[in-house]
Amino acid sequence: MDDISFDIQKGSIFGLLGPNGAGKTTLLRMITGIFYPDEGQITLDGKPFNPTEDIAKIGYMPEERGMYKKMKIGEQALYLAQLKGLSKAEANERIMYWFKKLEMESWWNKKVEDLSKGMSQKLQFVITVLHEPKLIILDEPFSGLDPLNANLIKDEIHGLAKRGATIIFSTHRMEQVEEICDHIVLVNLGKKILDGTVADIKQLYKENVFSIETNQLENINDNPVFTVVRKEGNKVFVKINQGHNSNQVLTHLINNNHPIVAYNELLPSLNEIFIKLVESTHATARAFQTI
Amino acid sequence: MRKIWLIIQREYATRVKNKRFLLVTFLMPILIIALIFGSAYLSVSGTEHRKIAVIDPNGFIKSSLKNTSQIKFEFPEKVDTSNYSSKGYTDILILPKFDSSTKTNYILKSKKSMGLMLQNSISDKINNAIEDQMLQDAGISQSMLDSIHKASQYAELKAYEDKGSASKESNAGLAMGIGYASGFLIYITLFIYGTMVMRGVMEEKTNRIAEVIISSVKPFELMLGKIVGIGAVGLTQFALWIILITSLTSVGMSLLPDDLQNQVTALQQNNGQMGQAGMMQASESAMRIYNMQHTIATANWPLILFCFVFYFLGGYLFYSALFAAVGSVVNEDPQDAQSLMFPITMPIIFSYLITNMVTQNPNTPLAFWASIIPLSSPMVMMARVAYGVPNAVTYWELALSMVLLIAGFLFTTWLSGKIYRTGILMYGKKVSWKTMIKWAFTKQF
Repeated sequence: MDDISFDIQKGSIFGLLGPNGAGKTTLLRMITGIFYPDEGQITLDGKPFNPTEDIAKIGYMPEERGMYKKMKIGEQALYLAQLKGLSKAEANERIMYWFKKLEMESWWNKKVEDLSKGMSQKLQFVITVLHEPKLIILDEPFSGLDPLNANLIKDEIHGLAKRGATIIFSTHRMEQVEEICDHIVLVNLGKKILDGTVADIKQLYKENVFSIETNQLENINDNPVFTVVRKEGNKVFVKINQGHNSNQVLTHLINNNHPIVAYNELLPSLNEIFIKLVESTHATARAFQTI
Repeated sequence: MRKIWLIIQREYATRVKNKRFLLVTFLMPILIIALIFGSAYLSVSGTEHRKIAVIDPNGFIKSSLKNTSQIKFEFPEKVDTSNYSSKGYTDILILPKFDSSTKTNYILKSKKSMGLMLQNSISDKINNAIEDQMLQDAGISQSMLDSIHKASQYAELKAYEDKGSASKESNAGLAMGIGYASGFLIYITLFIYGTMVMRGVMEEKTNRIAEVIISSVKPFELMLGKIVGIGAVGLTQFALWIILITSLTSVGMSLLPDDLQNQVTALQQNNGQMGQAGMMQASESAMRIYNMQHTIATANWPLILFCFVFYFLGGYLFYSALFAAVGSVVNEDPQDAQSLMFPITMPIIFSYLITNMVTQNPNTPLAFWASIIPLSSPMVMMARVAYGVPNAVTYWELALSMVLLIAGFLFTTWLSGKIYRTGILMYGKKVSWKTMIKWAFTKQF
């Protein structure tokens, strides 16, 4: 961890991204108070984070799911909820509510060792949110879930955020991030390399490439306004030259009588940005090592 | 505090409800009692029968080699080493002509080798016969010899603890037995419950539940809750054993025939004598039961029980914290646990060996120091306490040993807590004791 700092808006869904071994889990463990940072500080609601008091406000679902294999699921959920400070009656009530909601009512007397990976994932999610934490930290929450259950959990995450919980969500699966997160931070090798909202980041990393759908693509060629990148089917991908804008591209096409079916900007996917940035930081790191 | 209490409850409940715990708790006393009675029964009836041919040129041995239920001696003619088994003998004993001026050997040949006990009893019989013969040769009459042999019945040693006016009968054999049994029990339970703590910690680590729980409670609370919970399981087991054994014995006593029970009660009322004239003589078995009860009553049971609970708990807390530390640094490979456990198991085994010596002689310098140092005091001090306080152990020795043990387990718990909180979340790295000590003594995070 090296000089990382970012803000998370209350009630937002925040994505913490990074390749394997980037330091995501370490960062999350610091936020949950499992580890103490050597320097720097973590604030919650504007006050310095105090592990003993604030622990009840946090729900942490670690990447490596952990359960007592021999313990009954209901008892286990009850135990873990009580450790978070709920009374037994309260815990019982909320477990019933969530089990009903996620279709897990019949599980109470089963043991964890009888559950599939996806099922125990659902259980772990329920345990994480039982005590209605203000800050929910989910480390790879969708791994092992089928699309149906993943959607179920996704809806719950959105619901929790709507009710005011802040969600930190760590993953290296970019398509999920695009769907869910408002704001992301990309870390690699213990450093922050990207910070912003998903829309801003896409704008920042766009390469001014547009796709033009037409039925006469052979007539579209390089010109002062744009350069043709490639042609595919009935689409032409063009990059706008320096000093021009997208309207000038359209004007040029209309003036030259090209029949246009569709015209839109091609934004890079987070996946592409991710790969590009991670590779470049690795290259810099290598360059430093060789010096 | 509420969280530690929750952890203790879970650790306790999951283990006590476990079928294996119930099985061990209820079968153990039954097994022990069955073992005692069973071995007693086997020693009487189960041994093989032997028919021994004796070749004796002396003539005076014959009267000493009396037949028992197991051994039959015969003095046949024309039997030798080549044909004894075909004539129906299991062994042949060939004696030379004994002569007091030279040492000679006598020979026992068997088809199946003879147990040591039987061999010893045969050689004792022959030596006694030779001794008697020599005494008779020196002019002592047979009747004189008989009365000499009964000398042991005329006098019996009774040892008393010197406590001024209130001298009390002491019994070294009982003290040795209590010392040995309680030392052994503590030794076994330190291992059983210590490794139980270690395996519990390893389970939490490899299941990754540690991470979930540590986002709710402090690592130290988790460790302490586990240690206390499992310790309570141990105490429960002891309590159940004591209840079971006492009730089983009283049930056993009530099954004895009525007149035997009456005799035992009469003996108790009259201090070991069948006092009143006209009453029948106490039978041998009634006498034996009375003596057993009388001997057991000479020990200071409340003190011994108190010390046992104290030293079991102290020793358990001292060592289980260390076991927890080892459990927290081990990864999936149980082989690592073996090598890391070694420095913990060594002092336990050494203490047990010292205990064995101390049960025989409770006041050597070794016994003194080993009962003061917390590494070995749980077992060794129990062996000494059985000999009586303040006779074998003075009050200040006992107090010093207890205070040091409390200080000792506070220290190991503190030390292990520091190792534990780093180890429990550390995956993949192989850790040595050196790194563990480094974690314990450097300020971290």
